[in-house]
Amino acid sequence: MIPRRADRILIQGITGKQGSFWSKAMQDYGSTIVGGVNPAKAGSEHLGVPVFASAREAAKHTPFDVACMFIPPMLAKAAAIDACEAGAKLLVCLTEHIPAHDVMEMHVAARATGTRIVGPNTAGLVTVGECFIGIMPAFNDRVFRPGHVGVISRSGSLGTLVSLNLTQSGLGQSVFYGVGGDPMIGTNSADALRILDGDAGTQAIVLCGEIGGSAEEEAADYARSMTKPVVAFLAGRQSPPDKKMGHAGAIVSGGKGDYASKRKALEDAGVTVADLPSQIPALIAGRLTAMASNNAARTPS
Amino acid sequence: MNFEEHAAKPLMALNGITVPPSRLALDPVEAEAAAAAIGPCVVKAQVPAGKRGKAGGIKLAANPAEARRHAEAIIGLVIGGWPVEKVLIEAQTPIARELYAAIVNDSASKGPMLLFSPMGGMDVEEAAAADPAAMRRFPIAIAHGLGAATAHEAISGLGLEAVAPALVDVLLNLYRAYRSLDAELIEINPLVVTPDNRVIALDCKLTIDDSAASRQVQAAALAAPEQLTVLEAKAAEAGLKYIELGGEVGVLANGAGLTMTTMDVIAHYGGQPANFLEIGGEAYTKSKVALSILLENPNVKSLLVNFCGAFARTDVMAEGVINAWEDLKPEIPIFFSIHGTGADAAVALVKSRLGIEPFDLMDDAVKAAVAAAAGRVQP
Repeated sequence: MIPRRADRILIQGITGKQGSFWSKAMQDYGSTIVGGVNPAKAGSEHLGVPVFASAREAAKHTPFDVACMFIPPMLAKAAAIDACEAGAKLLVCLTEHIPAHDVMEMHVAARATGTRIVGPNTAGLVTVGECFIGIMPAFNDRVFRPGHVGVISRSGSLGTLVSLNLTQSGLGQSVFYGVGGDPMIGTNSADALRILDGDAGTQAIVLCGEIGGSAEEEAADYARSMTKPVVAFLAGRQSPPDKKMGHAGAIVSGGKGDYASKRKALEDAGVTVADLPSQIPALIAGRLTAMASNNAARTPS
Repeated sequence: MNFEEHAAKPLMALNGITVPPSRLALDPVEAEAAAAAIGPCVVKAQVPAGKRGKAGGIKLAANPAEARRHAEAIIGLVIGGWPVEKVLIEAQTPIARELYAAIVNDSASKGPMLLFSPMGGMDVEEAAAADPAAMRRFPIAIAHGLGAATAHEAISGLGLEAVAPALVDVLLNLYRAYRSLDAELIEINPLVVTPDNRVIALDCKLTIDDSAASRQVQAAALAAPEQLTVLEAKAAEAGLKYIELGGEVGVLANGAGLTMTTMDVIAHYGGQPANFLEIGGEAYTKSKVALSILLENPNVKSLLVNFCGAFARTDVMAEGVINAWEDLKPEIPIFFSIHGTGADAAVALVKSRLGIEPFDLMDDAVKAAVAAAAGRVQP
């Protein structure tokens, strides 16, 4: 479930201001957009691709693998269910502030059709140097350069900073996997770790977590079984409890999901936790060097 | 959105859950009059916080004079940070058993969850922590809703046979209320069984999803006001999430993750953030109003602008900041780190209009802002 250039993408909400801007950016970067959805403009063409009334209608004319939603929150449930029923294998849901009950129903639909949802409230996915889906500055070569470090992030802005740090230090990235800042996401950090663990182009992984929820604890459980090095940064050390810090998922409540317990869970699983994002590249490089010398020591000459 | 008891209970009654007769009173005289109409009563502080009983906010009154005295003592208390401004005068209910029932959003199952405990009352959290079996949990398939069989299972084996039909009704009605209100949480604690086997909700804690406010207009109008500072309220009015934190380094960043991170990095280098203020997402065009709110905080001694634009265009945000800066002419130093979408144009704007060179590394910008806030000479 790492995006490839050959993946055929349907953009729901392609004709809107943001939908147009980012679809064009995706096309320029190498993503294959095969169609768009806007019921009011069905039958027209936009950015060189046909516009359909729905994802189901699109599927009758243009097979697609991935749906990407530029859809406002109150319409998101209907669009997501449409995409699932139309046969999307992957649904990238960028929308923030979708009512939680609607998100639950989206997950029910996705389970029924075997669709993987990334998000809601994700900044998207970047296969660096190949294609991207979403709203990340993949095309900015000071932020993203091809390399071998996978980046997983609940937050698009923090993921951008960490990718920038990796590029500034000459490491670059293989894949950026935005899992989303909502409490009920389709692909969590542990899932993303498993996906990048299985990616031949990824040698090490940076996990950008946040306070709140249990995503980092679950990721720690998976990390324990990994041989690829994982370095984490956790945002929210200074955030007061019981306040939602922007992301609906980023809240410490009743002492659950706090910084110290997440850090401990990750460190106990062999994950190196950085105090600052700027320390991440050196920690990754150090872990890769250590692994290389271990491997060399084990290899009979 | 949180709801005080007096606002939540009528919403439960509308969904078929029995609540005691009650009347809201804004002062002791009203409390006395309400008690005269209701009879022996409970005087209950109305704040959107738990542990009211332990804080002295819930008292039994046998007669109107006593209700008045209790109201005098309770109004003006501060419970969970909330000043008590009103009390609910509620008829006393004879109690045979105290139960606990709730429906909550469950992140793990990505669906609703029914919680039920035979150990309702003030210490249910402690009881559940000591004995996990004391809190029964049932994930609910949202496509089908809560079934009567699950509700029966929740209450079985607890000596509740005599009230089983009524209890099952309460649980089904509770789920109906949860769905129809877009609730994140509805908690009835205690849910009491009377000696004559009636089932009555003695309290109700309700939280409705903020994201659903536009389709929950009627209920939203009854929500408790948020506990906001003057500036936080002003920011909310402008559609911005702003939280005052008490430090000296003002923070303006885009996106929740980067903003939290910026606060953490400030603390790492020995400073204290003055605020959380996020202008990412759809709010990225609002940097001018954001900055003006931030600068109204008299504690702010330096300002750190940290942009890492993905969706948010840093050139649009930077232009907003510069416009506000030129309008407001604040007398504090400002430090920039700008990367990502639109960064070249943003950096050029900051240089040409403010004559300031943004830092290439975020850490350097943070160190400079911390040093300036502490009154130290910048390196």
